[in-house]
Amino acid sequence: MDIKDIYTQMILEESRNNHNKHVLDGASHVEKGHNPSCGDEITLQLKIDNDIIKDASFVGVGCAISQASTSMMIDLIKGKSIDEAAKLAETFIGMIKGDIKNEDELEILEDAVAFENISNMPARVKCAVLAWHTLQEIIKNKSEVK
Amino acid sequence: MEKDILKNIRNSFKYNTGLNEEKNIIYFDNAATTQRPDEILDKVYEFYKYKNANPHRGAHYLSMEATFSYENARKRVAKYIGAKEEEIIFTRNATESINLVAYSYGMNNLKEGDEVLISILEHHSNLVPWQYVCKRTGAKLTYIYIDQNYNIDMEDFRKKLNKNVKILAITGASNTVATAPDIYEMIEEAKKLGIIVLVDGAQMMAHKKVDVKKLGCDFLAFSGHKLLSPLGIGVLYGDKEILNRMDPFLLGGDMIEYVYEQETTYAKAPFKFEAGTQNVGGAVGLHAALDYIDSIGIENIYSYEKKLMDFALEEMKKFKFLNIYTNDKENRSPIILFNYKEIHPHDVSSIMDANNIAIRSGHHCAAPLHRYLGMNSSCRASFSFYNTMSEVEKFLEVIPKVQEVFGLGY
Repeated sequence: MDIKDIYTQMILEESRNNHNKHVLDGASHVEKGHNPSCGDEITLQLKIDNDIIKDASFVGVGCAISQASTSMMIDLIKGKSIDEAAKLAETFIGMIKGDIKNEDELEILEDAVAFENISNMPARVKCAVLAWHTLQEIIKNKSEVK
Repeated sequence: MEKDILKNIRNSFKYNTGLNEEKNIIYFDNAATTQRPDEILDKVYEFYKYKNANPHRGAHYLSMEATFSYENARKRVAKYIGAKEEEIIFTRNATESINLVAYSYGMNNLKEGDEVLISILEHHSNLVPWQYVCKRTGAKLTYIYIDQNYNIDMEDFRKKLNKNVKILAITGASNTVATAPDIYEMIEEAKKLGIIVLVDGAQMMAHKKVDVKKLGCDFLAFSGHKLLSPLGIGVLYGDKEILNRMDPFLLGGDMIEYVYEQETTYAKAPFKFEAGTQNVGGAVGLHAALDYIDSIGIENIYSYEKKLMDFALEEMKKFKFLNIYTNDKENRSPIILFNYKEIHPHDVSSIMDANNIAIRSGHHCAAPLHRYLGMNSSCRASFSFYNTMSEVEKFLEVIPKVQEVFGLGY
């Protein structure tokens, strides 16, 4: 595998694009995600209203893969219902782990399928899934509160 | 070290031979763990193949052979660091050695008002145990800080020495910024106040020899695996008088004298601290490693590693897109800590790996130091005597290529 299949133009651009990187005013859910091996952390902020993710953002530092993955995830989940977001997270993590390879199934991930090649790079899987696990955490806690 | 000697050395390391296919890995992660040469692996294999039994138990031939191998290794380690045989405790690694001291000495002797002094350079293994023991005993954990060249601020050190300090736990060589603190001077000063001193030798031992009696420390901890030996063997040197006053650490078989239903008396050091069946294969490997190092000469090893490091560092300083966090003293470990100004260490490491270069990325188990230096993580290249100058040159060629992958100039 060529390293440029990982660091594609799209992923590099997304990692530098800060449009989703800011504090979210009126966030209803804030959750920290940790990558203990590098010490990086991101904080995912969501504004959930009536089970719809009205708005989302993140703050924190990390590698290009975690930054791009977080930003793309936010673009994807904005305006979606909690159930739809949960399905996206499950699909993305399934793709990265190499469990989901079916293109039709992956279609819902839109541009985030760009991360598919990370499944060939075990050392970086945790970078790609960091934000998605954090999202799952929020959804899990939310349903427990219910 | 002459070039042909070096060539022979490299032939003993098979990590590039591969099981199924030849590889071409440039291994610059030696500070994490070294590779291991045939001379050492063969001895370990030989032990398990021909001399294997449970040591210290049973009077049969193989058990005696195993005991002999194990105790010979202890003698070898003792001789290597100028200690007495009964002052050498085998552990799993430096971390366990430090935990042994933190629990058996620290937990039982520290009290409110006491202080434990460590430096900001410490690896988590010489930090977290002290933090825990201080929390449990009410003692205070204080830090010695560093100057802008990553050297121990000796003025700060002297300021923090006082009669409340009961333990000084200091690294012999930093695993990040390459600093080799002047432990001789520090120990001399600490001893004027009767402070118990532990030296974390995990990084130091691969590049330097110490005589514990000349050094004057009470404890020295190190790992075999950073010293060409198998994983899972470590050493704690402890002053005999102190060891015999300490309570045991782990309890169970082989560390006892008499056991009754409600009472037990313990064996003397070192056996008091070695519960359960020990890692004889690892000890045999460490024995072989010390023989191997002595056959080359640790001074030769260090001076060669220093050549690699000095060259790499000078060349790396020319890259304007790098920040380098490495000690400028003549006496330092062969480690270069650096960051790309615009690329995260994990991305750097992945791109290096795609070019067959193994470096470390992350906080290297020194998170408080990284925070102190104002960063989350960094890249680390660490050299060993079996690395070659042409590998360093290849590494220097790949450095700008990382910029390229990210579409950045150089």
